[in-house]
Amino acid sequence: MRLIMNRVFIVFSTFAALVGLIFLGWILFTLFSKGLQGLSFDVFTKDLIEGGLRNVIVGQIMMSGIATLIGIPVGILAGIYLQEYGANSRSTEFLRDLSDVMMSAPSIVVGTFVYAIIVVPTGHTSGWAGVLALFILMVPIIVRTTDDMLNLVPIELREAGMAIGASKYHVTMNIVVRYAKAGILTGILLAFARVVGETAPLIYTSGSSEFWSTDLTGTFPSLTVSIYNLATMPDDQMVQLGWTGAFLLTTMVLIINLLGRYASNKKRSK
Amino acid sequence: MELFFRKIAQLSASLVFVILAATTLVLYLSAKPAIEEFGVKFLFESRWGEEEKVELPPAELSELESVEADKGASIGDDFIEDDDDFIMDDDFITDDDMESGDNKSRVVYGALVPIVGTVFSTLIAMLFSVPIAMGIAVFLSEIAPSAVAKPVGIAIELLASIPSIIYGMWGLFYFGPFIAGLFGGNTVSLLVAGLVLGIMVIPFMAALSRDAITTVPDMLKESAYAMGATKLEVIKDVVFPYARSGIIGSIILSFGRALGETMAVAFVIGGVYQFAGKITDPTNSIPVVLANSFAESSGLSLSVLFYLALILFVLSFIVIASAKVYFLRKK
Repeated sequence: MRLIMNRVFIVFSTFAALVGLIFLGWILFTLFSKGLQGLSFDVFTKDLIEGGLRNVIVGQIMMSGIATLIGIPVGILAGIYLQEYGANSRSTEFLRDLSDVMMSAPSIVVGTFVYAIIVVPTGHTSGWAGVLALFILMVPIIVRTTDDMLNLVPIELREAGMAIGASKYHVTMNIVVRYAKAGILTGILLAFARVVGETAPLIYTSGSSEFWSTDLTGTFPSLTVSIYNLATMPDDQMVQLGWTGAFLLTTMVLIINLLGRYASNKKRSK
Repeated sequence: MELFFRKIAQLSASLVFVILAATTLVLYLSAKPAIEEFGVKFLFESRWGEEEKVELPPAELSELESVEADKGASIGDDFIEDDDDFIMDDDFITDDDMESGDNKSRVVYGALVPIVGTVFSTLIAMLFSVPIAMGIAVFLSEIAPSAVAKPVGIAIELLASIPSIIYGMWGLFYFGPFIAGLFGGNTVSLLVAGLVLGIMVIPFMAALSRDAITTVPDMLKESAYAMGATKLEVIKDVVFPYARSGIIGSIILSFGRALGETMAVAFVIGGVYQFAGKITDPTNSIPVVLANSFAESSGLSLSVLFYLALILFVLSFIVIASAKVYFLRKK
């Protein structure tokens, strides 16, 4: 009886795993088959208004990129503070918990917040509002990975630095952060991958535009918001373009994830 | 330099707190008109954007009053502890009574439909995803040979990073029709939304649970095997108890993620302000209302949306806080 139960259990969990993988495989399959179908040179050279995706891809990367550029120093510094200066005081733990809460806060709520503080006063959607929303989403991720990675740095390294008379700043920047560099880089890549695929916080902060634009003070083209708009249109050609965008977006996110994985593996093998 | 660096690092760290506090404050301030207008009744009101004529024919008036009475009762039953927070509520009722003689009309908003939709779609998602994700986690860590477990494990982690809008699109064009063919009903419905959400959180939950399971020391498992325990017994009596807090934490985190998810649901829930009488009917959820209605809202209707966002924020805050409690217990 025990052995039969065991069999049943193994079969069940293998079956559950299969069901899950079948659905996930199905998603990837449709994504690739539909996405590749519409892939052409025009997609990269024409703007949305002419049936391409050039402006929205560039727009999405620009917004995520700027958010990352601002987010990196802030996030890393905050992580350093939590690990190196905050010690284990209660306020540090509190900030850690808050970062975790922010990390899992619904992204649409971040969008409403930015809408209230930027879009309402200025009266129109803008690229900067989108950047701010993405920035808010990614900072907690960078903070927590930096914090975790610095935690792995052996205390002896810090003591050795202190022992030769280096200041805390020097020890932190030249020894501790350098040691944890690969891990932090992975964290940044993963954070970027996370925000580049965000739609909800952009819908009414950056909006989306059909035209080429590099002016962040105005409504800004966004790939994800465009996918949302295109996919709900009745025109088949538009839907097809949406699939192509979805395919490109997923490919981009997966590649960045693989890069992040590679960065942390390289470090481990050293 | 030293001092400067320290200060600037401290500033960055407190920014996280500032953002969180500002979010709560701004949402509250923006929602204030709506909170004052509708009070806690907002949570139990099922109408959305309907004009409520205050001077009504007698029949409808009595109907309206009975509805109001019902709601009053439910507030009294369930939310006694909230009374002090919502003093405005009483004022509002008297306002309403005074107005009923006039020819005024006002637009009524209520959050009940999206709240119910959110809760049910999340519940369906959890019912669907928990067994499957646990199956995957156990399969990867205990059953599959490492030649299979490793690539599949990586694939699962990669799938967890796919943007949610992809799941929504797939749900709209492929999964919705598939489910409708299977169970009948609409291609956009509460059921489809719940299942798409479930599929979306499976990789996330499976990866986290697998991580929790792999922390179980081999020695514990080997001792159990040495006593003649079967795989099921080892997993049930050794692995799960040991990794329990991690597994429950992963479920709660996935729950939080499903609760606040917008894009995967926006495509497939239908976005109509009515209860799903059957599970295959379309309905609405809080994030979807937020995503769809912001552009065309202003004044009170905008404030109502902020009220909704605040509710969602508080809900997810509670969920994450409880996950933290579970994770902390492990340490």
